[in-house]
Amino acid sequence: MAGRGVTWLGTPTFPKAARTALADPQLRANLRNATTTIRGKRADAVAELPDWEPLRRAGEAIKDQVLGDLDTYLERLEAAVTARGGIVHWARDADEANEIVLRLTREAGAEEVVKVKSMATAEIGLNEALAEGGVRAVETDLAELIVQLGEDRPSHILVPAIHRNRAEIREIFRREMPDVPEDITDEPKELAEAARRHLRQKFLTAKVAVSGANFAVADSGSIVVVESEGNGRMCLTLPETLITVMGIEKVVPTWSDLEVFLQLLPRSSTAERMNPYTSIWTGVTPGDGPKNFHLVLLDNGRTDTLADEVGRQALRCIRCSACLNVCPVYERTGGAAYGSVYPGPIGAILTPQLLGEDVDKQARSLPYASSLCGACFEVCPVRIDIPEVLVHLRAQAVEAKNKTSPEAVAMSALAWAMGDARRWAATQRIAGIGRLLSRGGRISSLPWPGSKWTSSRDLPAPPKETFRAWWRRTRG
Amino acid sequence: MALFATCVTDTLYPRTGQAVVKLLERLGCEVDFPAAQTCCGQMHYNTGYPRHAASLAADYERIFTEYDAVVAPSGSCVGMVREIYPKLLDSTRAAQRSHELSEFLVDVLGVTDVGAYFPHRVTYHPTCHSLRMLEVGDRPLRLLRAVRGLELVELPEADSCCGFGGTFAIKNADTSGAMLADKIKGVTETVAEVLTAGDNSCLMHIGGGLSRLRAGVNPVHLAEILSSTEEEPWQAVA
Ligand code: SF4
Repeated sequence: MAGRGVTWLGTPTFPKAARTALADPQLRANLRNATTTIRGKRADAVAELPDWEPLRRAGEAIKDQVLGDLDTYLERLEAAVTARGGIVHWARDADEANEIVLRLTREAGAEEVVKVKSMATAEIGLNEALAEGGVRAVETDLAELIVQLGEDRPSHILVPAIHRNRAEIREIFRREMPDVPEDITDEPKELAEAARRHLRQKFLTAKVAVSGANFAVADSGSIVVVESEGNGRMCLTLPETLITVMGIEKVVPTWSDLEVFLQLLPRSSTAERMNPYTSIWTGVTPGDGPKNFHLVLLDNGRTDTLADEVGRQALRCIRCSACLNVCPVYERTGGAAYGSVYPGPIGAILTPQLLGEDVDKQARSLPYASSLCGACFEVCPVRIDIPEVLVHLRAQAVEAKNKTSPEAVAMSALAWAMGDARRWAATQRIAGIGRLLSRGGRISSLPWPGSKWTSSRDLPAPPKETFRAWWRRTRG
Repeated sequence: MALFATCVTDTLYPRTGQAVVKLLERLGCEVDFPAAQTCCGQMHYNTGYPRHAASLAADYERIFTEYDAVVAPSGSCVGMVREIYPKLLDSTRAAQRSHELSEFLVDVLGVTDVGAYFPHRVTYHPTCHSLRMLEVGDRPLRLLRAVRGLELVELPEADSCCGFGGTFAIKNADTSGAMLADKIKGVTETVAEVLTAGDNSCLMHIGGGLSRLRAGVNPVHLAEILSSTEEEPWQAVA
């Protein structure tokens, strides 16, 4: 069972979910403001580096090297972590990973764990699994906390609460934080202060912390987490037991490889030259930091994804979210429409792949949630050709579908007509009859499925003479 | 050299094809239109039917292989031909000799002033595939700036997608419509009389929206502007 947990069960297909999002003007305004700002900043941060393109290529090459020989690097990582006093666990899917974390938490005698933002644990639905086992998980990243308290779903990889504005956040805090001052305003400073006070208490009492990982260095067994708030650092140093859940594709060979990504990631994600906090730890150190360190290596559909020659490049992703911020579709619909932990362009290709055989109608709609404009490929710091993978996944979806669907029949008929110039000219003559539907040179209403076009735009009336007819008449 | 008219231009926009012929002949080219041509197969490929696309690609190779150069008035179709055909075919001789119109004028013929005259206020939409797949850059703008009488106004958020995306406009009609609405807002803000681009499919989309709103902006393919002269000026469709 691959990929369980990646999507939120029961969410509608993309076109349907998008319609709901599009009807919410506040959401659209919040998204537009946020993405426009970050887009501009990223472009500036990238333009500063004269060697951005070579850096991207280096990032791509390192990731490809790792993916090409993943077993070796993972074994090297395991050996290095073990040698430094850590314990490595392997989890095939979400259930296995959740079980491991729950067991370790119970062994540590904890009823509450603090968490530093982690996509991997969101992917496996860890918080829900822990709750079922009687353990409370507390998100410590500010945006995650907003989402958690708002009983909401994250809608961005890096800024999960991107769809909320300050006034909405203030309301959530007043409702959900018992110790928040009555007269709190929606000033970012006050909101951050309230969150800090709320979290400080949690840090000081937590016995167990759960983290994700941005990278793991195979050579030394070091785990790397980058963040902006410093709350992660508290999680990584104060509790006795630290459990890291990490997708197996996050490994890099050496420290000098890491250097490439520490340049690519912050500029692409937050448009910073360097991220404010980079925490790196290696096994355990007596008298300093956590006494026990566990590393859970998560597959959950990744080895299956690796087997697909075109699709595997999605595993290069360093979750910078640059592709979300430039995507014109994401900008209109927000993350929730994707119904997945991984929204936006990367989500559209990663989600169905991680789900593998469990892919359903909703996940199958995701590769179509793109106009193939290519903006995502252009910004991706590890050069994932997202449009290429989208089209590849569409072809797979077509293969799996009924060959007699209306679309498949239409496509075959069209290809047949286009396979021969005489047949094509005949088809054009038939299309020319469309003139009968037109008024004043335009067609404003067509029967289904053309009605989907004419819902918001006209079509030009076909001309009396096609180009090829003109050529034959005048030059032939 | 050969003209690849593309299925959209051939069927719906013959004026663009005629403009390309007129323009290239004015610049001294010998233009042929191989009648066996139909479509580059992009729609099939992007919708998930690579086998149909491959068969159309093979036709293209066969039909155009004897020419020194192929020119098409579409960044999107040339993007398909040059960037995607290598994934579908073993030999892509003709594909590699294919050029989008502005590339052909600037790089192959080496001209930016094509002797055109077009006394109108014009704004330019770069179209995603011209911009990102082919990287035509400022070639179309350089050509437009050299047109006598033309007043070029910058399109706000020019490089954002108009929301066409082939079958995307149907499969995700609502999202496509929202993208279109923002594009149209940009176009009308320029108060231009004419919206131009190097792709009739994008112009069909944006033009369809402008027409629905009776916005009074005329979508005109770049080739038609460049082919317009003082002796034979461009005329709006009645
Ligand atoms: S796909 Fe590329 S741009 Fe998108 S989140 Fe991953 S690394 Fe960043």
